[in-house]
Amino acid sequence: MKIDLTETTSSKINQALVSARRALGTPAIGMVLTLVIVTDEENAYDALKSAGDASREHPSRIIAVIKRVSRSPRSRRDARLDAEVRVGSDAGTGETVVLRLHGELVNHAQSVVLPLLLPDAPVVVWWPEDAPADPAKDPLGALAQRRITDAYSAEDPARELAARADSYTPGDTDLAWARITPWRSMLAAALDQQHVELVSATVEGESENPSCELLAMWLADRLGVPVERTVSAGPGLTAVRMETKNGVIVLDRPDGSLATLSMQGQPDRAVALKRRDTAELLAEELRRLDPDNTYEATVKFGVAQLGGPAEPKPAEPAAATTPAAAKKTAAKKAASK
Amino acid sequence: MSGVPGANPLRDPQDRRLPRIAGPSGLVIFGVTGDLSRKKLMPAVYDLANRGLLPPGFSLIGFARREWQDEDFAQEVHDAVKQHARTPFREEVWQQLIQGMRFVQGNFDDDEAFEQLKTTIQELDKAQGTGGNFAFYLSVPPKFFPKVVQQLKKHGLADQKEGSWRRAVIEKPFGHDLKSAQELNQIVHDVFPPNEVFRIDHYLGKETVQNILALRFANTMFEPIWNRSYVDHVQITMAEDIGIGGRAGYYDGIGAARDVIQNHLLQLLALTAMEEPGSFHPKALVAEKLKVLTAVELPDDLGKHTVRAQYVHAWQGGEEVPGYLEEDGIDPKSKTDTYAAIKLTINNRRWAGVPFYLRTGKRLGRRVTEIAVVFKRAPYLPFESGATEELGGNALVIRVQPDEGVTVRFGSKVPGTSMEVRDVTMDFAYGESFTESSPEAYERLILDVLLGDANLFPRHQEVELSWNILDPIEEYWDKHGKPAQYPAGTWGPAEADEMLARDGRSWRRP
Repeated sequence: MKIDLTETTSSKINQALVSARRALGTPAIGMVLTLVIVTDEENAYDALKSAGDASREHPSRIIAVIKRVSRSPRSRRDARLDAEVRVGSDAGTGETVVLRLHGELVNHAQSVVLPLLLPDAPVVVWWPEDAPADPAKDPLGALAQRRITDAYSAEDPARELAARADSYTPGDTDLAWARITPWRSMLAAALDQQHVELVSATVEGESENPSCELLAMWLADRLGVPVERTVSAGPGLTAVRMETKNGVIVLDRPDGSLATLSMQGQPDRAVALKRRDTAELLAEELRRLDPDNTYEATVKFGVAQLGGPAEPKPAEPAAATTPAAAKKTAAKKAASK
Repeated sequence: MSGVPGANPLRDPQDRRLPRIAGPSGLVIFGVTGDLSRKKLMPAVYDLANRGLLPPGFSLIGFARREWQDEDFAQEVHDAVKQHARTPFREEVWQQLIQGMRFVQGNFDDDEAFEQLKTTIQELDKAQGTGGNFAFYLSVPPKFFPKVVQQLKKHGLADQKEGSWRRAVIEKPFGHDLKSAQELNQIVHDVFPPNEVFRIDHYLGKETVQNILALRFANTMFEPIWNRSYVDHVQITMAEDIGIGGRAGYYDGIGAARDVIQNHLLQLLALTAMEEPGSFHPKALVAEKLKVLTAVELPDDLGKHTVRAQYVHAWQGGEEVPGYLEEDGIDPKSKTDTYAAIKLTINNRRWAGVPFYLRTGKRLGRRVTEIAVVFKRAPYLPFESGATEELGGNALVIRVQPDEGVTVRFGSKVPGTSMEVRDVTMDFAYGESFTESSPEAYERLILDVLLGDANLFPRHQEVELSWNILDPIEEYWDKHGKPAQYPAGTWGPAEADEMLARDGRSWRRP
């Protein structure tokens, strides 16, 4: 069921939601969260599709906030709210409200969204692209327990990660971080099998993919060894090498789907490591809504600490590990509080 | 290969995105050509791999009589996965699995086949790095259990070596009475240490059953009323709409009570009635379950408070179905019960005087499993007479399957000018709040076997205690009378309704 409302208000939208549910004969709602998507007309379709798919795992009220670009002084003055309410089979498993904000209203989106949040349920804000510099201080971000950004969509991912680290507030998270969960779990499983002392590590992947940096920073933070980030043609992440005292552990994925795990003294093994689509990443993000301390420690580790052949090395590798180790203990102290 | 747990610098308890991945290991399935293996086990293995929960190099060995090559076996698994797996088929996951797939052909008394199995395991340790960790899944009729475990012992396949494990997984039935259960336990424990034997009760792998513990012990609003002061009685039902199908050989002589009450229903009773465990450590949990099972008492007059019955020829849901005695392969004089209902009490401070009614049957109205906790009526109703006529007892119903969820039933005013109170329900459906993510019971259980987590598996003491409860009833039934009858497709015999009517209660229609 789809209801179009032009020049409307939040309370009219709420009425439309209630009457749509009544018309469908399902007044009970089992939605577990409100997902606010802040996007533009161009990306709205893909974002809504992914959110709809993710809602099969997490039934939610999806509110898409689309800020319309005003091209003339007159249209800038003219504030207007149009909405599209979708309930039932048109809206995944929950409800979808698409809000189009015109003119001055673009700067007051939170006033429209606040009355539409589900009572007593967590709020998640997702910026598929163009995330604000400080998500927690953004008027819409301030409504949410969880703020999802995506450094992958940024012009300069490395600088974006640095900005995320500077403005980090508990509840922040990034889809670039969710993308590497399968890699991280496989690497952790590899070290479960061999308890060895590590010497160094290399993360190889396409340039301008912040997931590579995040994985490298995570390894550097957890292992306390120098980690180098190197560039390959992709797709995505292509390999991780961990040098240990007993030889090398390599997780190599040249084709973006099937990887090989090789370890000293063990046969090579195939591991499925498919690149996941946005809906799956979003579903993973929504599974836990508490602050992700591991992401915090990782992103705060700092991109600048990573070594890489592309840039001239500012310091000896040994010197680079010292701040890393110091950071690690600091992060641990913070975590143990 | 072994090491101190927690020594892995990449593991951090705070990092809750990382799933529990089983260590290097493999699974050997005996009776791999069977229905259970094709419909449940193989798809579960694939689904686990697809969710990234199996270790790299995980290996699957099939053992059966059929003359297959590894490729034929892989094809069979492929077909089973495509047809029955919960998650979509993905080529790269399949490529990961297929490298560790082997087939060993042989009979259970064939020494050569077991030697072959041993070589295959050694070969996989080299080629796939399984590290000697293997679980043996006995998906075979119980009469073969002794043979298979003895063969495993004879060929040194069950030897626990330093730094690796060998585990046995067995399916119900765990015997047909206390004596046979003890014998079976002895045979298995003679070969595998008790903590390496995993008894599968697939009900315990279901999300809703695990949710009983969350519902009771993670919330504050249920536990204060979860006792004799507020609870009138508890009904635990497991109904099937199918008949015995092709299982005549197994079912006749066993019956509904042995097949279902002994394991599933008594486990559900234990989880519903037990005290709060000190922790979710398997030992703490099993201690509480044992305590409550020990406190279970049978009614004095078994004739009045137990009922068994057989379905008779009738129309069920638009289909004409034969009676139990007319089924193929059933002795027309059989006294086997296809329906059983019993009343139990629990002798402890929390539950004294609260009856627990357990019932199960084949060819009932529909397929449903639920636990209904029915509360006492309000001691005083300040409404006019007639206003609360339609009000029943409040109830909390845990729907185990299908349509998993929890329903609360309470009274509410009917809209209108007069004061009239009627029962309404408030519903929580798993499908609504956590759609699709519920893994199959077998996925969870296989993963737990590989991880060595015994929380969701009944221990041998529990099995023996359950037989202790059921044996006197079966003996009584053997000596007295014969089964009642109910038309297929109904909710059981009139005798069962009378059994509750005697206590002033009635069965819920689930």
